[in-house]
Amino acid sequence: MQSSSTASPEMRPAIVLAEFANVDALLSAAEKVRKAGYKKFDCYSPFPVHGLDAAMGEKQSPLGWIVGVMALIGGSGAVLMQGWMSAIDYPLIISGKPLFSFEAFVPIIFELTVLLSAFGAVFGMFALNRLPSLYHPIFNSDRFRAATDDGFFVGIESEDSKFNVEDVKRFFTAAGATNVEVVEEEVE
Amino acid sequence: MRIDTKTFRFTDSGTLGSRALMIGAIGLAASAAGYFVNQDQFFHSYLTAFVFWVTLGLGALFFTLIHHLVDAEWSVAIRRVMETTMVTLPMMAIFFLPIVFGMHDLFEWSLADVVAGDHLLQGKAPYLNPMFFFARTAGYFLVWFLLTRALYGRSIKQDTSNEKGQTVRMRQISAPGMVLFGFTLTYAAFDWLMSLTPHWYSTIFGVYIFVGALLASLAFFTLILLYMRGKGVLADKVTVEHYHDLGKLIFAFTIFWAYIGFSQYFLIWYGNIPEETMFFHTRWAGSWKWVSMLLIGGHFLLPFALLLTRAAKRSLKVLAFAGFWMLFIHWVDIYWVVLPTMGAHGAEPSHGFSLSWMDLSTMVGIGGMFIWMFWKRYTSQPAVPVNDPKLEASFNFTNG
Repeated sequence: MQSSSTASPEMRPAIVLAEFANVDALLSAAEKVRKAGYKKFDCYSPFPVHGLDAAMGEKQSPLGWIVGVMALIGGSGAVLMQGWMSAIDYPLIISGKPLFSFEAFVPIIFELTVLLSAFGAVFGMFALNRLPSLYHPIFNSDRFRAATDDGFFVGIESEDSKFNVEDVKRFFTAAGATNVEVVEEEVE
Repeated sequence: MRIDTKTFRFTDSGTLGSRALMIGAIGLAASAAGYFVNQDQFFHSYLTAFVFWVTLGLGALFFTLIHHLVDAEWSVAIRRVMETTMVTLPMMAIFFLPIVFGMHDLFEWSLADVVAGDHLLQGKAPYLNPMFFFARTAGYFLVWFLLTRALYGRSIKQDTSNEKGQTVRMRQISAPGMVLFGFTLTYAAFDWLMSLTPHWYSTIFGVYIFVGALLASLAFFTLILLYMRGKGVLADKVTVEHYHDLGKLIFAFTIFWAYIGFSQYFLIWYGNIPEETMFFHTRWAGSWKWVSMLLIGGHFLLPFALLLTRAAKRSLKVLAFAGFWMLFIHWVDIYWVVLPTMGAHGAEPSHGFSLSWMDLSTMVGIGGMFIWMFWKRYTSQPAVPVNDPKLEASFNFTNG
């Protein structure tokens, strides 16, 4: 309808966001959310909390495998590149050493292994976290700003198959939340 | 072996100490007999064993210093093991005495007639002469005695006096202590090992021995802790989280060993100056080549692959194997430095290695005494620094 562009946009609940008093409350809440069977949820805290991954039931990150593969590509790529340059493309005898002298290649093998591993670690982390992300409905909440200061939050997202606003609100209140808020977003 | 769970004092110190003393005494007696069988072999085997056990103490001294310097939390629970290992250092001075008598067998620069016919050794004589050599060695042991006594003494004092200030004091000692440690270890490595081939020099050699020392001491901590764990001592206090950290350090320092070992080789390979390349030439000739390859594979590739994953570093079985393996390969490393110089005074260097029973008897002899000293002292004090302010936090430490 044409009229909808001038009227206030239609909103729908995106996340039920619960605030907790401290780290211990956050940890026990995360544990309860996991045990209640919710899958699409996340925890937010101003600093890293030891044991939170275990409480949330997070599996070990596959990042190590990405870094490992990148390391192998970097190392073997450095061997091939230098071998091809020194022994095939532009053979030049340097201080009487054989053309293919792997000793001379080692510093570059090491550097490229480290460089591509670092790329794998940083960009792999970005990809696994789905960054850069220009929009997330959680920032529609004003209270959520405290997550970078002194707030501990758990949010269950509407994509979760068990998501039901009233159920989740009741669940969070029972779990000891100091504040429960329904964060809305515009329907596109 | 039993421990009081409140005071952490041993109520039964077990049989490790007495068994080590007995085996060590047999080893020393056999080694003494070896002296009369083959003097040259005896002194070279003995120097290898001596350096092996001294480097365990040096690695432990380093970890105690770095623990205080960075105000570490996780390692408080295992600090007493580190401290007791480091405090064996002053007593190792006694085991240096045979080297005094064997110096003409070991060090060609100590022979006046060799030096008289060697222009290079004449140039090095102001440094490489017996009097200055002994004075330096006395200096190293004096520094180690003062440092270890200052740190260990305060740690033990805190157990009974409960002064939190001792923690700060130990940190203050550790800063200059680390500088002293760096110099004494480097020059001890130059004197006791590098001067075996007095024409050869490598400025990175001290660091090379330093890395080996760290790895060996980490392996030793791991094995002692696992041994006690098997007997139920500290089993619920030193957890898989602490072993994980030990595994991480072993893993990291195997890479550092390869980095330093390769750096040493690389510059000499590129420079291609005869008196420098001789060191590696000798160790790549004949059957020594196999020992060199064993080092590359066993000191780097194997532990690297073995400890790469998180699961491996958290597996006590894998760590127990890694502990034994790193101690073995550290011995191979020292052996590879010392033994090729045997019988090389002015003659062609040996083109192959031949293991001798004295390699074993000297290792067991000094090692038995080392473990006896360690265990006797460890079981006479609380198994952890009971009044350290961070002790509880260390017990509950997790890798997150």
